[in-house]
Formats: sequence, structure tokens, C-alpha cells
Amino acid sequence: MSATIEARIWRGGAAGKFETFSVPRRESQTVLDVVTFIQRKLDPTLSYRFACRVGMCGSCAMTVNGRPRWTCRTHVARLGDGPLTVEPLANLPRIKDLAVDMAPFFDKWAKAGGKFVPSAAEGADFARVEPESEARRQADAGIECIGCAVCYSACDLVSWNPDYLGPAALNRAWTLVNDVRDGGQEARLSAVAGDAGCHACHSQQSCREHCPKSLNPTASIAGLKRASLRAAWKGGA
Amino acid sequence: MNFRARAETIAWGAQRASAAVLGVCVLVHLATILYAVRGGLTAAEILGRTRGSAALALFYGLFVVAVSIHAPLGLRTIARETFGWRGGALDLAAAAVAVFLVWFGWRAVGGLFG
Ligand code: SF4
Ligand code: SF4
Ligand code: FES
Repeated sequence: MSATIEARIWRGGAAGKFETFSVPRRESQTVLDVVTFIQRKLDPTLSYRFACRVGMCGSCAMTVNGRPRWTCRTHVARLGDGPLTVEPLANLPRIKDLAVDMAPFFDKWAKAGGKFVPSAAEGADFARVEPESEARRQADAGIECIGCAVCYSACDLVSWNPDYLGPAALNRAWTLVNDVRDGGQEARLSAVAGDAGCHACHSQQSCREHCPKSLNPTASIAGLKRASLRAAWKGGA
Repeated sequence: MNFRARAETIAWGAQRASAAVLGVCVLVHLATILYAVRGGLTAAEILGRTRGSAALALFYGLFVVAVSIHAPLGLRTIARETFGWRGGALDLAAAAVAVFLVWFGWRAVGGLFG
């Protein structure tokens, strides 16, 4: 391996260009380390986002060599010896350099009924949810999402239809559909089953392939399809 | 569920169900063709066998219905994703394609049967 990394970094907003930096190669170096080195030592005007550096906060996602990834846990050594290309996430408005505007992404969480709607009265006793129950297991499968938007950036459908709610928002809705304490299911199913919702998903699993937490939004979306079909069947008879 | 969500859900269910029917129909259709032309049949011989066959009319009648449900829904999705066309006019256009397919499909089945 060469002693330095040739890092091509996106500079500017929607209109911009790549700028190449030479960064010393180190052991166990992550893509975020490379970007941070550039910002601290070579060009303090470089903008990017991160917080936890340990794969928990979901703020450091960028497009690395053409693929959306969490940069704090992507080791440069595993990407091979060639030049490293870092761009902002796709499918979101570029603000500056490597930072995108995450608002459209999280707005869709709200649009997809991603807010918990308590059904119990205030002061009621704790709800008992059997850990082994089917609903609890379904919710568990999707609950570890860190909101990084990697899946959203990897979803072709979002690029074709900017209104499509996207894998993360629909995955969130599915965890709530399986929350037995939630009282907002009817409105939630209406929100997720519209013409830019779960039924539009192609089920080709790009979201699952790229999710750094190994979640399976495609399966969650399939669950929403079935749940809405059941609701439409019952309500429509 | 609101009207829009129910309509989209039913459209999705109809497309899945029609796909399942089409899968079977295509296999039966191919098997029938392979069987029918083994001895080198002429058009007249084929018509001789299909005329008056209620089973054939029923099978191909169903085939046409499945196509007429499946194809317009698929075209509607393509129009949305490729051209960004959405809303009531698109639904009407899809319905028109469905009517067109049923009409001409059944006419063709009628030609074989009658
Ligand atoms: S499976 Fe669905 S949500 Fe996931 S990337 Fe494909 S279209 Fe997008
Ligand atoms: S589902 Fe995975 S890729 Fe998508 S936002 Fe959540 S953690 Fe990130
Ligand atoms: S910095 Fe928090 S997940 Fe990467």
C-alpha cells in the first residue's frame, strides 16, 4: 500500500467540483479520519458532519467511492489501494462540500406517521409487551435504525419520485405498526399506503444491501403492504 | 384508511393477484402451443379444435382479464417513475388501457371460439 492516500473530495454545493488532497496513510484509518485530517491540517473551510465517531449517531454518512456509507466505521484499507472519492449523500440537497440538508429525509418520517401516538391515558400503568410476541419481534427487527439516510441515498425509487417516503421512514412506521401501545394505526396506514408509499417499493433490497446496521427495510415495507391490504380488505367489505 | 390509500392498496393487491394468475396462464398457454404444433397443425386444423370449446373460451377469457388488470397497473407505475405523471388523468389513462385490452382480447377469444 502507498504511504499516502489520494483523496478526491467534493467541494461546493449542487454546482461544484472535486478537489484532490494527499493524506498520510495510517493504521485503522477510517474515511472520517481522512476527512477530518483534511479539515484540521490542509483546508479548514471543508464542511462535513459527524458526532459520535462510533456508529451510533448516524450523522457521518457520505458517498464513498460511489456507495453510500457510514464514514466513521468504514476503514480506508478495506477500500483498496486506489484513489478515495468522497461526495455528499445522493437524493438529498447539497448544502456545502460533504454536508447535505437532511430535512426532506426527516420530514418524511413525520409524513409516514413516524410519531408514537399513546393509546393509554396519562398515569396508566406500564403496558406489558411479551418479548417473544410476534409484534415485539417484528418491531425489534427494525428498531436499531440510526437515521443515517444511507438507505435513502441508495434507493433508486427516491431519485425517480422525490415524494417517495423511502426505506427508513417506512421502516420506522412498521416498528410503530407493531407497537401494541400505539393508538394511531389507522392514520398511519393511510399515510404509508398512498401513491408515494409502501406499494411503490420495488423490493429489490438496495436499502438492505447498504444499511450499515444490517436492517432490512424491504421486509418492513413488505409488512406494511400486508398490513394495509388487511386493513383495506376489512374496511372495504 | 382514507380513500387514496385504500385505492393504492387494492391496486397493489390486484397486481399481485393478476401476476399469480398470469404465471399459471402463460405456462398452460406455452404447453398447449408446444403440444398443438407437434404434428405441424395448420390454422384451419387449430380453428377446428378451438371452435365451440367452452374450456378454451373460459381459459383465454380469464387470461385476457388477468392481462387487462396487470398491464395497465404496470404501465401506470412506469409513467409515474419515468415521466413523473401522477393524479386522476393517469388513472383514467390506465383505465382506458384496461378497457382496450379487455375489448380486443375478448374479441380475439371470440374469434377462436365462435
Ligand atoms: S427495496 Fe424499496 S425501499 Fe429499498 S431500495 Fe428498493 S425501492 Fe427503495
Ligand atoms: S435503515 Fe439502516 S441505512 Fe436506513 S437510516 Fe436506518 S440505519 Fe441508516
Ligand atoms: S459519527 Fe456517529 S455514526 Fe458515524
